[in-house]
Amino acid sequence: MKKKLPPVSEISVLVLALVVAGGVYLAAHLPKHVSLVPTTTLVALAAIGVLVNLYLLSQIKGFDWEKFFLVAKWTLLAYGLIAGALEYIFIKDGTKGSVLTLMSATLVIFALNLPIHFGFTVARYSDKVS
Amino acid sequence: MAHDVITEKPKEFKIVPTSAIPLVAIVYIGLIIAIATNRLWALDFFHVVGGACWTAIDLFLGFVIGPIIGTMSIPARVEFSKKFMPKMVLLMPTLVIATLAGGWQLARHEGFILSSDKHHPWVVASMIVVGVMAIIALGFLEPANLGVLFELKKERPNGEVIAKLMKRFLYTAGLTGAMQVATLIIMTRIATL
Repeated sequence: MKKKLPPVSEISVLVLALVVAGGVYLAAHLPKHVSLVPTTTLVALAAIGVLVNLYLLSQIKGFDWEKFFLVAKWTLLAYGLIAGALEYIFIKDGTKGSVLTLMSATLVIFALNLPIHFGFTVARYSDKVS
Repeated sequence: MAHDVITEKPKEFKIVPTSAIPLVAIVYIGLIIAIATNRLWALDFFHVVGGACWTAIDLFLGFVIGPIIGTMSIPARVEFSKKFMPKMVLLMPTLVIATLAGGWQLARHEGFILSSDKHHPWVVASMIVVGVMAIIALGFLEPANLGVLFELKKERPNGEVIAKLMKRFLYTAGLTGAMQVATLIIMTRIATL
């Protein structure tokens, strides 16, 4: 019987929702100057979620890390490229200062969260998980 | 349970169809050129063509293919999945990024993202719908797709795991298909305002 794994997937989906909500809130108010507090809060919570997930992952014993990293590295490459393309669009559109910093942080969290989520989802069904 | 394990050794297949990567690269390069040059036709092309394909695939998968797969036997689902799922790994993210990046630049080019513009409420509505679809697609659909593919790669794939993940894949595809109807309403409204 497989052991119960920590809620890494659930936290990843929550992180994704926080990042998307922050991005939509900011994008919906452009080019007006809008309070960055709501988006900063959402992005900070998302960052905490990623850190919690990394901690939870580090506590798992007998996990198929080979499969996890195989999926995670290719996901990081793919979504890193997508995040890079989005960053290029923001810079090209003249986004700068604290808004650009916030958008960049959002993209970094987005690109780091998905490899954890995809890698964990695949590795949890591995036969090597004891 | 013994009957949940598919005993026949699966045929080799690629999780990521590498032969299609050059095509994906062409789309990405074209998209970057369209954004860099900010040409209306090119932006419109990527947004409309990408969006039309994305919407049509989601609707077809959610309402036509999905219910059919739901009635198929596990071995038949496995056979279908091995040929179908790898294509989705490259196709869907490419269509989504072309639609969204092209759409954002198009809205900016036309001034639709300005809060003073009459189209703005509809553009925000589309962002919300796309945001929810992104959460569903990246949070549930894509991991389920990968999970099925890796399970099929095993020496002895577990039918129970495949059935569970396929069910998740099809439900979420149906959900995004339903949300695409909202996208169609919003987009046709924007075009006719």
